[in-house]
Amino acid sequence: MTPDALGQRVRAVVDAHRGDRGALLPILHGLQAEFGHVSQEMVPILADELNISRADVHGVVTFYSDFRAEPAGRTVVKICRAEACQSVGAEQLAEHAQQVFGVKLGQTTPDGSVTLEQVFCLGNCALGPAAQINGRMYGKLDERRLDTLILNADAGTGNT
Amino acid sequence: MTTTIYVPRDSAAVSVGADAVAGAIQREAETRGLDVRLVRNGSRGMLWLEPLVEIATPEGRVGYGPVAPHQVPEILDNPDHELKLGLVEDLKWMKDQTRLCFKRVGVTDPLSADDYLANGGMAGLRNALETQPADVVKAVTESGLRGRGGAGFPAGIKWKTVLDTPGELKFVCCNADEGDSGTFADRMLIEGDPFCLIEGMTIAAYATGATEGYVYLRSEYPDAVRTLRQAIEIGYARGWLGENVLGSGQKFDLYVRVGAGAYICGEETSMLESLEGKRGMVRAKPPIPAITGLFGKPTVVNNVLTLASVPTILADGAAAYAALGTGRSLGTQVFQLAGNIARGGVYETAFGMSLAELINSYGGGTRSGRPVRAVQVGGPLGAYLPADKLDLPLDYEAFAEADAMLGHGGIVVFDDTVDMASMARFAMEFCAEESCGKCTPCRVGSVRGVETIDKIVAGQDTDMNLAVLNDLCELMTDGSLCAMGGLTPNPVLSALRHFPDDFAARTPHQETS
Ligand SMILES: Cc1cc2nc3c(=O)[nH]c(=O)nc-3n(C[C@H](O)[C@H](O)[C@H](O)COP(=O)(O)O)c2cc1C
Ligand code: SF4
Ligand code: FES
Repeated sequence: MTPDALGQRVRAVVDAHRGDRGALLPILHGLQAEFGHVSQEMVPILADELNISRADVHGVVTFYSDFRAEPAGRTVVKICRAEACQSVGAEQLAEHAQQVFGVKLGQTTPDGSVTLEQVFCLGNCALGPAAQINGRMYGKLDERRLDTLILNADAGTGNT
Repeated sequence: MTTTIYVPRDSAAVSVGADAVAGAIQREAETRGLDVRLVRNGSRGMLWLEPLVEIATPEGRVGYGPVAPHQVPEILDNPDHELKLGLVEDLKWMKDQTRLCFKRVGVTDPLSADDYLANGGMAGLRNALETQPADVVKAVTESGLRGRGGAGFPAGIKWKTVLDTPGELKFVCCNADEGDSGTFADRMLIEGDPFCLIEGMTIAAYATGATEGYVYLRSEYPDAVRTLRQAIEIGYARGWLGENVLGSGQKFDLYVRVGAGAYICGEETSMLESLEGKRGMVRAKPPIPAITGLFGKPTVVNNVLTLASVPTILADGAAAYAALGTGRSLGTQVFQLAGNIARGGVYETAFGMSLAELINSYGGGTRSGRPVRAVQVGGPLGAYLPADKLDLPLDYEAFAEADAMLGHGGIVVFDDTVDMASMARFAMEFCAEESCGKCTPCRVGSVRGVETIDKIVAGQDTDMNLAVLNDLCELMTDGSLCAMGGLTPNPVLSALRHFPDDFAARTPHQETS
């Protein structure tokens, strides 16, 4: 993408939130929805548009774990590692997923298919272990079901 | 004749297949030519029964669960299918509760404004608008309602401060960051009865002179975000929000703001910073948000359940609410049974029931069938209680006396396979991960805490490192600006106190017999 084209698309997202108070977070969510990540190149554009320093924009982007510097894999798997899920085996599940996909939590497989992430609680704590796959919540997971779900999600089929 | 069938849309129900069950019902109805009205309700909160299908009959709603898609045709063939539970309202779990905050959750279609009105919705707001703002504040004060977000601060006192602080612009902010492990009631209320939160926030606005509201909703809850945004749109269309709320002349605009994966943003001042578009750095108090809150304006900050309890108080009177509960813990609390529990879910009851009774009689003990070994109440900053100390009444003061806290009402159960040293380590790891970074004891102490626990279980200078760990905890307790650093020692020290054996140097792991 040319810098001009990037600038235009970023500004369109900013414009959608012109009336919002303290609009930076909604804007960053908007950018991530549009581009899949919030890149370094976007920071000066935002600083300009919002009349704040680049350091401030950068500080906000990096404070929140939701905003990615790099695009994620096609399938994003967020495995809950909080206490309630730990009580029913979340650590083993996370360990298993890392082995199967050969990457650590927070990383993407080299072929760009799967990103594994940790999350602390998805609000499904009575039906753990829980995970979110491409924004959909799953409960009572075991190793086999998790594998199947991830493979299906990656193949773009079914979600049960 | 139309048959109404209910299948929850709640994301916990969906997480174990409710959408597929709903799909199967629809397909089956079509092929059989049945006249079925499928309602996607909230969840009743009996999560071990999800997907819970309810079929309306002249006697009431009959429940089946947990239902798998292939069982749908069987149930339609045979109403006495083995999954039949009977009338849902008559199940002990439901009947024994006092559902005020959750009275409509699981009963109605969450996005049906007509359902809402038909089930007592808007009565509280209508009553409120007929009295003076100060009278509304008085009612909330007299109800004894305390903040459900963790700290238990009296809601009426907070509201009075906002009302008494002059200002052209005031805000009502709902804290829906619900980051505590073991808690999901905020999510279930928003997904299951979003108008109740909207009504509660509108009452808070009227009572305090606020005209603008924000719900800070965590990004981990995409379904709740969607549902609440739709409900707000419907609310505007109905005249429940906007320039002229219910024709009263009161203005109230309401927005949803989505968090971005930071636990600390549940702390109210961090949340306000985040709402202002900044890093979620905790502010020093004073000034308190009620006086200098969002963008420096007077601001009500309350938890979802606090605000969702308000419509009932205004509809049925403060006295009725205050008649429930015990001591200074009045009304009902929405408890959440989680973790290794046979029957997990939401249980709303007056304060005062014993923790052991809730876990054993209602929760049915562990899901694994093994003995309960430890219970953490009140989220990741709450203490671990050993199995022989669960005979504790569920109220704020009794918990404080036991060096524990009720917090947001989350109860996480562990069986006897839990390793408490690793839970203590996790508490430190979590603090290190989620600290906003403002104070050294929290930011650095937690990292050192992880290292120190690692050394202890590795058998390195155990006595010295135990002393270091205790010192670190003391430093964090005394030198932290907020409860993140200040209370992380709770789970660590309680694990150490009640389960010292788990911290003994690791020889090859020994099974607990
Ligand atoms: C680290 C930390 C996290 C918190 N997380 C939440 C939360 O997720 N939801 C919430 O309502 N309150 C949370 N609180 C409590 C809030 O600071 C505040 O007390 C509460 O929102 C006030 O509302 P209430 O009086 O209705 O409980 C948290 C506090 C701390 C210190
Ligand atoms: S205690 Fe921790 S989270 Fe709280 S203000 Fe200090 S550094 Fe931030
Ligand atoms: S602890 Fe995993 S969903 Fe809450």
